[in-house]
Amino acid sequence: MSDRIKVALVGNPNTGKTSLFNHLTGLNQKVGNYPGVTVDKKQGTCTLSKSHKAIITDLPGTYSINPTSEDESIVFRTLFHKDVTEYPDVLVVVADVENLKRNLLLFSQIKDLEIPTVLVINMVDLMQKKGISIDVKMLEEELNTEVVLISARRNEGIDKVKAAIVRSHVAAKSLPMCDINHKIDAEYFTKLKEITSEFSLYQLWLMVTQNNFPESIDEGVKKRLLNFRKDVSQIRRYQNKETIFRYQEINRILKNVYVVDKSKATDLRGKLDRVFTHKIWGYAIFFVILLLIFQSIFDWASVPMDYIDEVFSNLSGWVTSTLDEGMLTRLIADGIIPGIGGVVIFIPQIAILFMFIAILEETGYMSRVVFLMDKIMRRFGLNGKSIIPLISGTACAIPAIMATRNISSWKERLITILVTPFTTCSARLPVYAILIALVIPEKELFGFLNLQGLVLLSLYGLGFAAAIIAAYVLHKTLKINSKSFFVVEMPDYKIPSFKNIVLNVIEKTKAFVLGAGKIILALSIVLWFLASYGPGEFNAVEENLAKMESFQNLSEEVQEYQVASMKLEKSYIGIVGKSIEPVIRPLGYDWKIGIALLSSFAAREVFVGTLATIYSVADDEQNTIKERMASEINPRTGENMFNLPVGLSLLIFYAFAMQCMATLAIVKRETKTWKWPMIQLVGMGALAYVFSFITYNLFV
Amino acid sequence: MHFNYNPLATIASLQIGELGYIAEEALEHIPLKLLEMGCLPGAEVRLVQVAPLQDPLYIYINGSHLAIRKDTASKISILKESFVDE
Repeated sequence: MSDRIKVALVGNPNTGKTSLFNHLTGLNQKVGNYPGVTVDKKQGTCTLSKSHKAIITDLPGTYSINPTSEDESIVFRTLFHKDVTEYPDVLVVVADVENLKRNLLLFSQIKDLEIPTVLVINMVDLMQKKGISIDVKMLEEELNTEVVLISARRNEGIDKVKAAIVRSHVAAKSLPMCDINHKIDAEYFTKLKEITSEFSLYQLWLMVTQNNFPESIDEGVKKRLLNFRKDVSQIRRYQNKETIFRYQEINRILKNVYVVDKSKATDLRGKLDRVFTHKIWGYAIFFVILLLIFQSIFDWASVPMDYIDEVFSNLSGWVTSTLDEGMLTRLIADGIIPGIGGVVIFIPQIAILFMFIAILEETGYMSRVVFLMDKIMRRFGLNGKSIIPLISGTACAIPAIMATRNISSWKERLITILVTPFTTCSARLPVYAILIALVIPEKELFGFLNLQGLVLLSLYGLGFAAAIIAAYVLHKTLKINSKSFFVVEMPDYKIPSFKNIVLNVIEKTKAFVLGAGKIILALSIVLWFLASYGPGEFNAVEENLAKMESFQNLSEEVQEYQVASMKLEKSYIGIVGKSIEPVIRPLGYDWKIGIALLSSFAAREVFVGTLATIYSVADDEQNTIKERMASEINPRTGENMFNLPVGLSLLIFYAFAMQCMATLAIVKRETKTWKWPMIQLVGMGALAYVFSFITYNLFV
Repeated sequence: MHFNYNPLATIASLQIGELGYIAEEALEHIPLKLLEMGCLPGAEVRLVQVAPLQDPLYIYINGSHLAIRKDTASKISILKESFVDE
């Protein structure tokens, strides 16, 4: 529908902007892409009144229209010119009642763009407690803008926002708030204004300061604007003056309308800060929180994961027994259903981890962790903010890498992106779990430490250590000049909103399902084909075997087994596996493991699925993959294939190797070149090969 | 009364809990983003906390609680409270 009002929400971080978005749109949300950039576009629909509907865009949080990170540049690009399809009819600036002064800086810039604007002041439920009073009527007059007080937390005032949007849309006129023309350098700005009347003065000024022009701009105009960029230090001086002037205006306005009774202030924040950022307790609490999170992921996720596993294997069985026997049935039962199951099974773990991360962010605790960790992380070429991607990476690297967008230093952001795939993501877990169960004895150490659990924990530790060391090496070798600038707001502690957390978890989980899911599913189907078909000899396996006398004397059961395993060897995938066997033999692997390794380069968890495919083709009698793997004999040694050296070598290989096509695709998207994902693929692959080789030879 | 004006005083030289005022001369050394977040000449600044490894610094300025790195803070000169009071 074209008659929908286009509304954009803009505001500082931590103002409850996303809460308002969630209230306005409910579940009518979708995440799309802005053309040419990587930041996700969150949009939703909303019924404003009987005759007005709106399409609402939630822009990333920003302190100013002048961007310093990828996130913030979206706000600038969306608002500064009508060329953009998201250019709003009405803007809603969301401000936090406690930080009104700082929030109004962004408001004043936005207002100067002359887009119809509504100012929403959020968290007014705290006004009494904090001793704040606002003269709304006077503020409206001073700002020439409709002001709405809301409490998104208590779902109060949302209808008033809707009504104000409609009224601003109807009025369709907006005057600038700050006249930069006369306050900074009248001559300079008059000349700037005279270039063209097509744009407002502030738009022209932004084009000059940001060196960014609308596509439709006249070349002559652009050339004259570029002339204004000749003296960069002058631009910076004028930006300083502009900012000071804006604050002077804001102070003048607020002096009469915004009063804070300081005697009402409590020091809860100070008390909590002293504990959470304490030199010992701060780290101890963070460590305990991490332990609790991982503990609960394992405890809580195992029940739904077992359930999902059962449902999908029952479904496969049901399809096989119900549908006519044939290629299509086998494709569905052995290819597609296990493929979908392989994606769905990760959802519980990923959702639980993202729930915890959302809680830590919503409460304001995450900023304290960034504060605690910045100095340590910086020594390794990372940023305090890198801690969030590194923790998220233990669920899935895809949303984790997307979470690096608020790191403003390109070098620190790039290093964070490059090392995040070392952290033990949930796709490595099923591989680790099955290998540990196979080769590590179930033994108690010192009477209370479970050896298998200890190995798993060490693998997590190895992942983090590899990430940190790789970061340090990259820090020392990458010659990238990028200004490291760091400022983090320490928000007030808040009780998290249930609705925000649920929606956040849904969004991140979707990123995994859509990013990795499609690839995993497609690959499962391809693998099934490659294992079920082969060239020439493949079709003659049964005939050739039947001719042999020794074969005829075998029992029917053993005959079937031999046919199946011979077929696998002659299938397309068998041929590929055999051809790489010389390369992987030094690591202790045979061609069957080779197939699993190769298919894992698309996504790690395919390892278990591939082995399941391989061994289920070989033998349908045994029930679990683990049993089948345990009974696999190495023909060269006559011993078990999955013994300690091979198992450990595989564990190390999976800890280091970059085996996730979806992550590579995301890295390409975020870094805008194939160079970095290729470096990741080759570099991590080489590390995996070398360390697996060493491990195998140490234990063999 | 005699007191020494200390041109070397910066946000980084504040003690925890101590107040200062951003000096006019600091303007060109304040990153634009920090300026936009309220770190303006004349604004009152208080050092709230110092991270365990002495960096970053947690400051309260113009209504905002911000963490900034020490190298940024050490470029922003201030007047200490005592000088202003006299």
